Amino acid sequence: MTYPKKLTKEDIAFRASLELPENSYVNLGIGLPSLCAKYLDPKKNITFQAENGILGFDQIAKETEQDENLVDAGGQFLIQNPGISFFDSADSFAMIRGGHLDVTVLGGLQVSQNGDLANWMIKSRGIGSIGGAMDLVVGAKQVIVTMEHITKDNQYKILNQCNFPITGINCVNKIITDIAVMEINSGGLILTEIAKGWNIDDVQALTQPRLNISNKLGEYKIR
Amino acid sequence: MAKKLIFDSFIKALDCVTDNSSIMIGGFGVQGGQPTKLMIALRDSNLKNLTLIGNVAGISMITGYGWKKNDSHKIIDQSIFFENKQVKKIICSFPIPAQRDPISEIEKAWINKETKVEIIPQGTLAEKIRAAGAGIPAFYTKTGVGTIIEKNKETKIFDGEKFILEHALSADIAFIKSDLADENGNLVYKGASRAFNPIMATAAKITIVEADRIVSSKKIDPERIGTPGIYVDRIVSENIDLS
Repeated sequence: MTYPKKLTKEDIAFRASLELPENSYVNLGIGLPSLCAKYLDPKKNITFQAENGILGFDQIAKETEQDENLVDAGGQFLIQNPGISFFDSADSFAMIRGGHLDVTVLGGLQVSQNGDLANWMIKSRGIGSIGGAMDLVVGAKQVIVTMEHITKDNQYKILNQCNFPITGINCVNKIITDIAVMEINSGGLILTEIAKGWNIDDVQALTQPRLNISNKLGEYKIR
Repeated sequence: MAKKLIFDSFIKALDCVTDNSSIMIGGFGVQGGQPTKLMIALRDSNLKNLTLIGNVAGISMITGYGWKKNDSHKIIDQSIFFENKQVKKIICSFPIPAQRDPISEIEKAWINKETKVEIIPQGTLAEKIRAAGAGIPAFYTKTGVGTIIEKNKETKIFDGEKFILEHALSADIAFIKSDLADENGNLVYKGASRAFNPIMATAAKITIVEADRIVSSKKIDPERIGTPGIYVDRIVSENIDLS
């Protein structure tokens, strides 16, 4: 079976950036999620949090300007612009666990139809890294997962039940993949957007649980 | 005011550390805020059977994570203790890079069963350490409910939601990195280099601080002190000027 062309990581990051509300506090995960910052409308006044203890950073440093004391949790070096603040790990996770963050965007290995997320360990490896992910999924008001819709060897990543060790239960609100956008609520998965050239049957074929179709189903918004 | 033991030698500053010690390593697991010179001295001490407590561990040497590209520093992380077979157990949140090739020193030691690896969510790790320093024996948290973290732990329902009981975590020794220290042990941190340093400083029997500079208390603004001297036992630096 051949499918239409999938969207790129940049497209996923752009789409996720549209989800961030004005004046919100946001933590972006390492990798694909961190690309969202690139596409953000500056008029939205979003404040980014990095779990190593920074709030309000808005600029990446050039290689020649790197300062060892100005680095985010993903290892990106930053510029110290007005409005930034620094704090320790206890404060940082009080913000996260205390429900003060509006949104987190995280990568995913698997998501289940009831919103369980697995993103810290590939089962066969037997060891992995949790970092701040388990805190973010219970603490942030909204959890958005960005990932490819299926694995490189064509296995489902959106499943009836995760078979990798999970990061959190019933925690994912939205999945943004390279072919579709889905919301999750108590009724399961709701397909809200499909990438150009794709149809509902194609997306369903690559998704294990049954998709409910939004009555506002639209085309996946791209740049 | 209580004066602290001040050292100009990192090896001498570690003469209170023994085999079988548990040691907290401050910072986040990037270049800034990491007590790198104390870590090198601990490696060179060849002390064995250590329990290490850190956050991100053993990632930078294999990936370059969190280290400046524009200088000639040799990248150092907790891998040096695994290369030197000093570690009985490590407790941390992020010991394994996403890529498997080349394999990291911690993963190698774990596969060869030379080291136990306990992985804890970062916020729970921070709170366990904060609790230890504040005399709180245990606390409830939602983090990890329904995951492997909940296994074999007490849980309790509050307002219809399930929480896990997590216990405080202390250590024999804490290695802390600050920008400035004064003779009373007051510490000033820089930028994002606080991370686990201020909480770990409160949670060990002996807290040893690697400061970029040790200066007279006259030169420190009390409004900027991130760790008050009561938590600090030893200070070490190559740059001491108490005038």
